[in-house]
Amino acid sequence: MEKIPNNRAWWLVLPVFLLVAFSALIPLMTVVNYSVQDIFGPGQAYYVGTEWFKEVLADERLQDSLIRQFVFSGFVLLIQIPLGIGVALMMPKSGVKGSLCLILIAIPLLIPWNVVGTIWQIFARGDIGLFGWGINQLGIDYNYTGDTLDAWLTVLLMDVWHWTPLVALLCYSGLRAIPEAFYQAAEIDRASKWAVFRYIQLPRLKSVLIIAVLLRFMDSFMIYIEPFVLTGGGPGSSTTFLSQTLTTMAIGQFDLGRAAAFSLIYFLIVLLISWLFFTAITHADKEK
Amino acid sequence: MIAWMNWTPTVVVFFVVIAMILAVMTVYEIVSPCTERKGFLPIETTRGDRLFIGLLSAAYINLTFLAVSDITLWVALAVSVAWLLVLLRWG
Repeated sequence: MEKIPNNRAWWLVLPVFLLVAFSALIPLMTVVNYSVQDIFGPGQAYYVGTEWFKEVLADERLQDSLIRQFVFSGFVLLIQIPLGIGVALMMPKSGVKGSLCLILIAIPLLIPWNVVGTIWQIFARGDIGLFGWGINQLGIDYNYTGDTLDAWLTVLLMDVWHWTPLVALLCYSGLRAIPEAFYQAAEIDRASKWAVFRYIQLPRLKSVLIIAVLLRFMDSFMIYIEPFVLTGGGPGSSTTFLSQTLTTMAIGQFDLGRAAAFSLIYFLIVLLISWLFFTAITHADKEK
Repeated sequence: MIAWMNWTPTVVVFFVVIAMILAVMTVYEIVSPCTERKGFLPIETTRGDRLFIGLLSAAYINLTFLAVSDITLWVALAVSVAWLLVLLRWG
């Protein structure tokens, strides 16, 4: 029987397209539109061209928070990816112990962001928080509301606590997908534990790890609620990351044009990095 | 609706041009479907990939011009268009 090509089914996509246009495309276009105007209120908008972009690109406060953002995301990846792999390697392979580990590890992932922020805000306090009090009892001067380094360490620690489980779970599923025959072959060759990790487990984890890196990068790059609740961006502006700077600008100062220009630049950075990761993933799949 | 949402002519032209590029590329694709190929870019790309790379780099070219110089953006636009054409042909 000959197949007749029929593309009419594409019309079924139309409702989704309209919905996406209404909820995502047109709002994005509106942001582009706002970015070239100075808006004081309804009916009081003035065309300013690319002035906002020029100002935003030269704004030191924004440059600083962009650098902070990259440093933060870099540390998040440097800590969480190796740690996640390590945790996944140490987890029991199956049985009751395995399930128990999975549940325990997944708990932080189930807690809403603002609750995580609140938990750590109390947990890290020197007077009533267990963690802060304990560190102070060890004779180390620790105060995340006053000291820049302490604030950074606390925010990082909180993020590691919250999100390393995601990396661990992804790696765990990747490890379980490796056929037993690979390990048997390695045993016959008397391969060391390190060799098994380096030449069997790590290459097999590649695609899972790319997804983990992408997810963790995007999430940490757009982090807002947790540091906002924990430190409020302080002390000073030392833990004020990009999205918080943007929110202050858009809602606090109601500087719509400038905030729109800034969010477009933010969007372009995220778009570029996601595209790079996406290309890396599809490229890795093709090589197989 | 245009007045109510404060659409400015510049932005309207911008999006109309992008919509037209997409429409033309869609028709072109239907008339003569493309296959993945390897040009000077390190990865195999389709026509659509190259268009996306071209548009994204156009945004960065324009931002770079804005950030480091006072040259009019028409120059940046010319550079972007030239780069986009080079990409589509040899990328």
